[in-house]
Amino acid sequence: MKDMNAQTPLVEIRNLEKRFDLDQGWLETLKFRNGRFVRETRGVHAVNDVTLDVNRGEALCVVGESGCGKSTVARLVAGLLTPTKGEIHYDGARIDNRSRAEMQPLRKKIQMIFQNPYASLNPRMTIRQALEEPVRHHYPTFSVAEVRDKVTEVMMSVGVDPSWAKRYPHEFSGGQRQRIAIARALTVDPEFIIADEPISALDVSIQAQVLNLMLEAKESRGLTYLFITHDLSVVEHFGTRVAVLYLGSVCEVADTATLFSHPKHPYTRALLSAVPQLKDDRPNHIRLKGEIPTPINLPQGCPFQSRCAFANNRCSSEKPNAIHQPDGSLVACHAVEEGRLDEGMVGT
Amino acid sequence: MSLLSVRDLTVKFAMRDETVTALNGISFDLAKGERLGIVGESGAGKSITGFALMNLISRPGFVDRGEILFHDEDVVKMSDARLRELRGDKMAMIFQDPMVTLNPVLTIGQQMLETLMAHRKLSREEARQIAIVKLREVYIPSPEERLNQYPHELSGGMRQRIIIAIALLLDPELIIADEPTTALDVTIQADIMELLLELCQSNKVGLILITHDLGVVSQMTERTLVMYAGRIIEAGRTREIINDPQHPYTQGLINALPQQTLPGQKLRQIPGNMPSLTNIPPGCPFNPRCEYATDLCRTTLPEIIQYGEVRVACHEVERLHAEGARQEQDA
Amino acid sequence: MNTETVSPTMEPSRWSKIVNSNMAYSFRRNPVAVVSLIIFVLIAAAAILAPVIAPYDPYDPMQINIMNSEYPPAWIDGALPEFMLGTDDQGRDLWSTILYGTRLSLMIGICAVALQAFLGISIGLIAGYIGGRLDSLLMRMADIQLSFSTLMVAIIFLAVTQAMFGSELFNRYAVFFLIAVIGVAEWPQYARTVRATVLAEKKKEYVDSARVLGFGPGRIMVRHILPNSLSPIFVISTVQVANAIISEASLSFLGLGMPPSQPSLGSLISSGFDYIFSGSWWITVIPGVVLVILVLVINLLGDWMRDVLNPKLYKG
Repeated sequence: MKDMNAQTPLVEIRNLEKRFDLDQGWLETLKFRNGRFVRETRGVHAVNDVTLDVNRGEALCVVGESGCGKSTVARLVAGLLTPTKGEIHYDGARIDNRSRAEMQPLRKKIQMIFQNPYASLNPRMTIRQALEEPVRHHYPTFSVAEVRDKVTEVMMSVGVDPSWAKRYPHEFSGGQRQRIAIARALTVDPEFIIADEPISALDVSIQAQVLNLMLEAKESRGLTYLFITHDLSVVEHFGTRVAVLYLGSVCEVADTATLFSHPKHPYTRALLSAVPQLKDDRPNHIRLKGEIPTPINLPQGCPFQSRCAFANNRCSSEKPNAIHQPDGSLVACHAVEEGRLDEGMVGT
Repeated sequence: MSLLSVRDLTVKFAMRDETVTALNGISFDLAKGERLGIVGESGAGKSITGFALMNLISRPGFVDRGEILFHDEDVVKMSDARLRELRGDKMAMIFQDPMVTLNPVLTIGQQMLETLMAHRKLSREEARQIAIVKLREVYIPSPEERLNQYPHELSGGMRQRIIIAIALLLDPELIIADEPTTALDVTIQADIMELLLELCQSNKVGLILITHDLGVVSQMTERTLVMYAGRIIEAGRTREIINDPQHPYTQGLINALPQQTLPGQKLRQIPGNMPSLTNIPPGCPFNPRCEYATDLCRTTLPEIIQYGEVRVACHEVERLHAEGARQEQDA
Repeated sequence: MNTETVSPTMEPSRWSKIVNSNMAYSFRRNPVAVVSLIIFVLIAAAAILAPVIAPYDPYDPMQINIMNSEYPPAWIDGALPEFMLGTDDQGRDLWSTILYGTRLSLMIGICAVALQAFLGISIGLIAGYIGGRLDSLLMRMADIQLSFSTLMVAIIFLAVTQAMFGSELFNRYAVFFLIAVIGVAEWPQYARTVRATVLAEKKKEYVDSARVLGFGPGRIMVRHILPNSLSPIFVISTVQVANAIISEASLSFLGLGMPPSQPSLGSLISSGFDYIFSGSWWITVIPGVVLVILVLVINLLGDWMRDVLNPKLYKG
């Protein structure tokens, strides 16, 4: 992957792979086959060979449907999971194989915002305790007054009244809790924030508030985002670049404007056409056949072939590689590569 | 004659120390075969409306006043026996989460046949045939096999199709769908919505679609009710409401959508939160969040009035309209 | 910046928060729980204040006169007015002895449960949070421990210690032996409950959030997971206290617990048992009734607490 920009990307994800074992104990892996016992492990291939860069100052959105591995990617980058294969580099240094102690300095720089504001705050801690804890942990030299000032400043900046600090999370609404969760991530002055569906549990009018807050923080603090979402309208608004994931593999990576004006991968096209629009009251979406297969037994070849209208023999045997397109996007599709797709599209 | 006519429906919940009004004076009509959307955020009372229509409100909630006339028969006053006859037969409901709506220990066939045979005098074989026809209608491949499968063997989208098939089993006149696709993925959602639309149109079934998604309402329904804090604040033809919303809340809701703003720009947000039902402000419930609020709004509850093509509950609707027109001229 | 519209109301005081909480509300609405608590508080207060309330000190040989033995309670003919509930076989005032005995039983019960809780919570937290092989190992240990009955383990252990240290030394430290054996025998109850809660809590996002902030496993377990696992711990604690009191009484009754010179409720029941057929039923029956009432009210309180704290019945 060559970036036009000479600057090295902030985060580089290289051939990342994550497999979850379905069988927990050793006994469960024993199977009786053809008259003898064999050991067999079944695994979920959550993420397969994902390569992505996150550049400084951008908001890279990862979109996909449930089970596509987007949350797993977020957790791998955040260090909550260890990859089965592949590497993650942060600011040029490899981070995926570090111990907890070695990760410590980076914990200040990389922060995460979670989907469910009802679960991401410890219900037994007051807002002040929740916000002061990370500051104390990462700035042990701070005096009590300094910690308090820091927390007050962050609370003001996310629009949470500092006089509420004595309250518990259950006294707040979802939107307010999400602000507090964002404040908690911001208390350690991070430069990179992984946001895993931060607004999908919120109401429409509150979603706008939280998105604005995140945009504001991006500008005022120079943040870089890895934004995981299933909502394409949010992507169009928030993202500078988009990566579309399907069944643990990257289908397409492109600048937001390019992706929305010229989607190339058949899956991206179907996804875009499925978003309910306000103005156009004639649903005109590309119907996909079948449903997302389970990631337990991955099909050989292109992961999307079972639902793709353009799939041929090559698609069912050979996994497509991501190929650069003239407009700068990366697309992993044989049909796009061979130019079959747009011929087909003329007819429809 | 309308299929369903709701008049002044008020639902309250008896809480520990007080009684909270969850629905306050809801009135609307639904013609035969009409598709109505009920939009609102969580806590607006849209789901409770759906439950009340089926008379499914249970303690501590109760219908305080008002009537729900289904074919001129009041659902609120109906006997349990009559309700059982009606539910599933003339009125069907589709719930949000397809993962929990189906009984996990019964096969699809058992659940479908049970519904059919409870309402109609049918032999097992006849019921089976009807079930297969209905499954075909919702594009379930090889329906004969599905009848013997358990819900966990099927994907979310497939289950929601089966739930729709069950809802359609007895050819109801009204389907109430409460966020039927919220738990599903975008591509599956689009499929299910298309299917629901097609079935309602071809069978002349009335649909009440309860959702938070304005895009879905816009594509699915002919008329829309917008709810806020237990009241209807705007009602009218869906096109009118989406294209030219009159109530500041509806305007805010539509403007807050990311599609309505240029990428990277700040979204036009509605400040604050929906009030909790225990703490609804005096006057117009929206007034603390409304930039047009006047003293009148803070003290007096606006009646819902006919304004142009829509019904709207706002004191300042005329001023707003004039301002909107002026801004458009400026632009 | 965004300002919230909900104005912060006056900060309620801690006491009013407690009084207005759902737990206090359901307590007020539940007469069984209220009566149980009143009885329990009365018994506990009487037990704690035993040295103040009791007219005699049953541990003081100077105050005991063997000639006073087996006087019936005051409402039966032939009673002495100074012995309200009569006297036992050694001539001790039964009322005083019951007060002291209840004190001992409660203390052994609570201390044993504290030990159980300490062991069980630590092991459960570690097993649940760390997981993997360690989890399997600890839980298999718990399973093995549970497959022996508490009483059987306790009887063997106490019989062996009694034989090893001799009766006199054993009697002197009987309290500690009892606490240790009841405490160690029942830790798996806690460990299993805590582990199950930890497994559920561990999946919640606030734990991930703490990990992303770089907090160590110790801090996450103690500061984050443990406070959120307290409800089931409270519930089983009440049941366990009742069980421990019964275990203590059973062991004392079998002669493996408290010696007759320092009677607990159990050894009092046991010592009166020999005289029950000679007509002195009160030595056994009165402490027996106290024991039953004590265990019953604790269990009733536990039931109420389980109903309130059960997340399936109550969403907080």
